[in-house]
Amino acid sequence: MDWYPLWNSLRIAGISTVVIFFAGIAAAYYIARLPRTLKGMLDVLLTLPLVLPPTVVGYILLRVLGPRRVIGAWALGAFGLRLTMTWWSAIFATTVVIFPLMYRTARGAFESFDQTLADAGRTLGLSNSWIFWRVRMPCCRQGILAGTVLAFARALGEYGATSMLAGYTPGRTATVSTTVYQLWRTNDDAGALRWVLVNLAISAVVLLAVNLLEGRRRRA
Amino acid sequence: MSLELEIEKRLGVFRLRASFTAGEGVTGILGASGSGKSMALKCIAGIERPDRGRIVLDGTVLFDSEKGINLPPQRRQVGYLFQSYALFPNMTVRRNIRCGLREGKDRRARDERVEEALRLLRLEDVADRKPDKLSGGQAQRAALARILVNRPKLLMLDEPFSALDTHLRERLQLEVRELLGTMRTPVLLVTHSRDEAYRLCRNLTVVERGAYAPVRETKAVFADPGSVSAARVTGCKNIAPARRLDAYTLEVPDWKLRLRCETPLRENLCAVGLRAHDLRPAGAGEENAFRVDWCGAVEEPFERVLLFRVRGQNASTAPLWYRVPRQQVPSPLPTYLAVDSKSVLPLYP
Repeated sequence: MDWYPLWNSLRIAGISTVVIFFAGIAAAYYIARLPRTLKGMLDVLLTLPLVLPPTVVGYILLRVLGPRRVIGAWALGAFGLRLTMTWWSAIFATTVVIFPLMYRTARGAFESFDQTLADAGRTLGLSNSWIFWRVRMPCCRQGILAGTVLAFARALGEYGATSMLAGYTPGRTATVSTTVYQLWRTNDDAGALRWVLVNLAISAVVLLAVNLLEGRRRRA
Repeated sequence: MSLELEIEKRLGVFRLRASFTAGEGVTGILGASGSGKSMALKCIAGIERPDRGRIVLDGTVLFDSEKGINLPPQRRQVGYLFQSYALFPNMTVRRNIRCGLREGKDRRARDERVEEALRLLRLEDVADRKPDKLSGGQAQRAALARILVNRPKLLMLDEPFSALDTHLRERLQLEVRELLGTMRTPVLLVTHSRDEAYRLCRNLTVVERGAYAPVRETKAVFADPGSVSAARVTGCKNIAPARRLDAYTLEVPDWKLRLRCETPLRENLCAVGLRAHDLRPAGAGEENAFRVDWCGAVEEPFERVLLFRVRGQNASTAPLWYRVPRQQVPSPLPTYLAVDSKSVLPLYP
């Protein structure tokens, strides 16, 4: 059995989770301080990928990143880089799709944070970034962890936008979810079932990890 | 060491206007909740920004709207004890206190100062606990320790005892008074409790709807509150509109009364206050005596409040409170009450 799709799925999900971990937290932190109207508008814009069908996200991304489109053409001209149909094209797709999950959960966690803790830190002379990493983040750890795991799991299962942006090339852009579809489409039922079982196993492990982390937190 | 403050800030329906100087010793800020007490502290700490004004601490300008100076909280060296104590929940008491140490110094010296603070505030036994495993008193001491190692030039306590049970509160008030007595910095103490203000504060300002009265000696404020709001927050129960008749006589239309006052009255007199325990039974014809009818009683743990209406009193106004120790309730109930001319409190706008 060729394990390439699993490895490819994991690295795509891993990289995009790292990206949205920082991007989602930064967005949640800074948008919370904006004036109300601007906050509302950005909120809608950033949450949109959560409710849009992934194929619509894929379509929009192709319109921007395709080799004859604005950014795609520029990348091709400047660096000779094709942004679509490579293994890492899927990172664009998963990043956009899972961003709202991280942004929303981080924002919820920050909103329940007791602001007087930060104020107390500031009067003690502690820098804002120190307070952010040593007080705010640990206090919001549970929410942020939950958001990260959810985002990672969603990234692993991403199909719609990924298949449009990266397509399916065995050994190059195949991921677990695109492989399941491709094998089933070509009547390789046994092959599809094998990948379904792999997928179930990964999901179970991820959820188990969340439960263990939460259990440890509760005991501490 | 002193704090000079003169600020204004729009606060929803009213305006915060504070202007006072606080020197060494404890200066109380007494007022009802929502009157803008904590907001002034936040402005001094730099957490909130006043609309205009000037804050100077120990010669350092913290805020000056005209010169465009607004130091961040980190550079103000102001110790702020929050009502909730605001200990970092993810750190032990020892780590919390270490957060209060400003940068620099070698590690050994820093550790020594933390241990010293733990000793001073009797926190050695709980040094390795997280804040959620502390009693109210321990949490308060831990928060104080964290502030004191920070060596602030001004200490501000925001309702420091409101999160504690009553029996703990009074004991801790004594402890804190002792601790504050050793400090050379000015201390601001925000409270809505007149007992707390009286016990702990040398000087006092009374706040009503954002307006800060001039700072006076606490005893003077209680003896002669001077304004309706000050009379009310210092616990004066009988307050009614009044007008000046001559230099020593005032008239209270609601009570159908004329009262003699010991100090000369100013033209702008607007009300009068009589403390419930300043009333006494009297005979007809005595100075400041008036005919009353008993109309009810309120039981208190060690005292009794007798409610009386003055003969001819406006029916829509509240009865007068007369408070006596339980054992000294007069029997039969008096038909005349009087108040000494020195206990008639003239109140001005």
